[in-house]
Amino acid sequence: MTVHSTSPQFKQNAARALKDGQLQKALGNVKQGFIDKRRMAADKLPEFESLRDSARDIKNHTLEHLDLYLEAYEEKVQASGGHVHFARDAQEARDIILAICREAGAKTVTKGKSMISEEIEINRHLEANGIRPVETDLGEYIIQLRGELPSHIIAPAVHLNATQVEQDFRRVHTHLDAKRDLSEPVQLLTEARAVLRERFLAADVGITGANFLVAETGTSIIVTNEGNGDLTQILPKTHIVLASIEKIVPTLEDASQLLRVLARSATGQEISVYTTFSTGPRRSADADGPENYHVVLIDNGRSSMLGTSFEEMLRCIRCGACMNHCPVYHAVGGHAYGWVYPGPMGAVLTPSLIGVDQAGHLPNASTFCGRCESVCPVRIPLPKLMRHWREREFERHLTPATVRSGLRFWGFFAKRPALYRLATRAAMATLGFMGRQRGRFTWLPLAKGWTKYRDFPAPQGETFQARWQRERKGRAA
Amino acid sequence: MSPPPNSKPRVGLFVTCLVDLMRPSVGFAAVKLLEDAGCIVEAPVQTCCGQPAYNSGDRGTTRDLAMRLIDTFHGFDYVVAPSGSCAGMIKAHYPELFEEDPNWRAKADALAAKTFELTSFLVDVLGVTSVEATFDGAVTYHDSCSGLRELGLKSQPRRLLASVEGLTLVEMNDSDVCCGFGGTFAVKYSDISGAIVDAKAKNIEAAQAPTLLAGDLGCLMNMAGKLSRDGKPVQVRHVAEVLAGMTEEPPIGAARAEASSKGRS
Amino acid sequence: MSARDDIFANIRRSLGVNGSETIRRQIVEDRLERAPKGVIPKRGQVSGEERLALFKTMVETSLATVTEVSSPAEVPQAIALFLRNHNLPATLRMGEDLRLKAMPWSDTSLEITYGPSEGRDLNAVSHAFGGIAESGTLALVSGPENPSTLNFLPDNHIIVVSAKDIASDYESVWNRVRFAYGKGSMPRTVNWITGPSRSGDIEQTLLLGAHGPRRLHVVVVCD
Repeated sequence: MTVHSTSPQFKQNAARALKDGQLQKALGNVKQGFIDKRRMAADKLPEFESLRDSARDIKNHTLEHLDLYLEAYEEKVQASGGHVHFARDAQEARDIILAICREAGAKTVTKGKSMISEEIEINRHLEANGIRPVETDLGEYIIQLRGELPSHIIAPAVHLNATQVEQDFRRVHTHLDAKRDLSEPVQLLTEARAVLRERFLAADVGITGANFLVAETGTSIIVTNEGNGDLTQILPKTHIVLASIEKIVPTLEDASQLLRVLARSATGQEISVYTTFSTGPRRSADADGPENYHVVLIDNGRSSMLGTSFEEMLRCIRCGACMNHCPVYHAVGGHAYGWVYPGPMGAVLTPSLIGVDQAGHLPNASTFCGRCESVCPVRIPLPKLMRHWREREFERHLTPATVRSGLRFWGFFAKRPALYRLATRAAMATLGFMGRQRGRFTWLPLAKGWTKYRDFPAPQGETFQARWQRERKGRAA
Repeated sequence: MSPPPNSKPRVGLFVTCLVDLMRPSVGFAAVKLLEDAGCIVEAPVQTCCGQPAYNSGDRGTTRDLAMRLIDTFHGFDYVVAPSGSCAGMIKAHYPELFEEDPNWRAKADALAAKTFELTSFLVDVLGVTSVEATFDGAVTYHDSCSGLRELGLKSQPRRLLASVEGLTLVEMNDSDVCCGFGGTFAVKYSDISGAIVDAKAKNIEAAQAPTLLAGDLGCLMNMAGKLSRDGKPVQVRHVAEVLAGMTEEPPIGAARAEASSKGRS
Repeated sequence: MSARDDIFANIRRSLGVNGSETIRRQIVEDRLERAPKGVIPKRGQVSGEERLALFKTMVETSLATVTEVSSPAEVPQAIALFLRNHNLPATLRMGEDLRLKAMPWSDTSLEITYGPSEGRDLNAVSHAFGGIAESGTLALVSGPENPSTLNFLPDNHIIVVSAKDIASDYESVWNRVRFAYGKGSMPRTVNWITGPSRSGDIEQTLLLGAHGPRRLHVVVVCD
């Protein structure tokens, strides 16, 4: 499978992002908005922490019985008149979707926001085959106009400012008056609403993702604030649901537990504006709704994560809280990560899906501050899983040679306390003496990464152990 | 686990490599605080808890170092470190290192149970509510990540600081947000680390306290290095130095000889 | 091997199971049958006036508006008043819902049209299946009575809900859905609606009326 990723160039991507003034300004919105809103929503619900436990347990239970719940789900979809397709990988998924679109004679396909559709690069495939995919989530629409990937899993255009959106709208919406006023964000929204309304009404097929699939009833659930997902799925004749296999939950009650933590963790809302439970195609008496209902269940690497330490990642409900709270994400934004999933969840998931040789930087580019884990609604131990990737890289000798030799050098001394004391005593005496006058170094050999942005404080000179031995020798009880 | 009544607890001080090498005065401040609280303190010959290897994916070296540390400290009633990060390594991660080795797992669990970060040990275990120290002026406090999120350190240092005569605590914005240190991260991803510590330095400066305190020397060196690089006159110290009233040593990154600092180029 | 078989085989290999274990099957069947509730927030666990008051507060928190009438006969006037107050045209689309149809619309000057929307309607009214006090959510079920397009295409959406159908929590509504449609079956669509359409995609600024209704007005019938 060819994957279009710039994850191997993470460092260069990050360096560019740090110098991008527009991006840095836009990233300020992430720091301010999401964090406070999530905290307030969590504080308002005394049961929030126990709901997180409940959410984690539901997902764990489901994953342990995934084969059986998938069977139950499939049976129910079929019983309600829908079709279930299985795709081992992205290529199979693309083929299935294209075949359904062709059967529907589709020229225009509207799309609700779906990360799995980014993962399988369906838009590129549809376009190559003469079908026009139209993203309808406002953020997705904007980045589609720009030919970009989403930079955030729930706020795809969070890396942009209103002036950039205005330029894109003027560039693309050429049928509108060139002198129109677009200086206010609400004017941009109104324009997008009008343009997309026509697309909704003209679409032949609607593709949505799924936040959850319910085994009990064969139901797919989508959550939006805009209502675009609903217009995508009720207006065209054919509705296609794309979902990775781990989206299953057993019952409507289980889905309700997860919905109670999803919006609160994502946007700080009590619940999103539209939570839609869809089961099969339109019924005989129905006056509207799709005539055909297809679900494409995509594995694309998930089944191999089961039973490994990365199984915990399959609990993820794509709320984005981890990236909203990540200092690295705040600094470089989502595009630096180089593929579909950014931030801490991306740092764990991306190596699983496109290979650690491609995405090796991602689990390393973390300070392990643990803020992501502390807000994850399904309690995924993200730093621990990133560390597991580092271990795999170390085992497979993918860790950079400089790091390996540095570790070996340091490990050699750390395992030999007497030698360690001797060596450090001498080294610190030298450094301490050299740094005595200024108290810090602006440059040190082998520490360029450090001294590029900050001074290196000078040591006091004598080591603790040397002084302890000198002062307390024979005194200790 | 608790020592027999009427006997002084024997505390093994895990001084941590950074304090050992860079700033021994923090270790001696910890010794004073522990002795004042009625402990017998020893500092056995030691090196490193293995965290740099652990976070680089080198489990083999980590286990070797962990086994050595477990052996070194197993005889103490408690093990105390002036670092949330290193105490967190022993408390939260050692048990996981030996998941498949029941013998060592039991030893790791035992050590984890009696290992504490300094301020947490004083407040949560010994019930210390105040220290005898004086510090003139306002300080701001950075919550280092491991201590905060792995060990739940937040109120303990603040509670003790509140008892220091003459000291006022001014909270900075986002005191619980990472400073960008992250061990080898600071060197491997220096551009990103530089941006994160830049944001931290701005929050520190905005708090307008002349002194910055924290409980982890790695973070302190990172923040002190950034503040001095930017020419910000904030003095940076480990919280133990202030709690022990041992602030004779110049702050982190400050010149030892005041007179000669004029001649800097 | 088909993709389906391959995926199931891989899942089972990874989990170390073969899929025919009686105990696992029992556990799954049992959970699907019992549908255990999990953690239910205390907030919604109130009744009577208190539940109604919570519902109304939460509806307003979601940036919708809410009004209360004491009988179905008062609904048309209440809707006409809402439209007038917002300077909206006196038009209204609705489905075949008998409760709505039985209301005295001729008491008002509203021009009523019936059936699903094709995208050119300014105002529509739907009758909710129920309400959820915990979050101020309206639950609507699809069908000729209340076509789903009415929930999303018009600029202004009015939802009528019976006070007696306002439940404490989502789970109570699921019980009613099961009672109405049979265990394991669902109407084609259940819509939970909590406030008017919105987007925060431009600079994370909240703007109302993204693709769905710009206004949501709830009329609670307390009879």
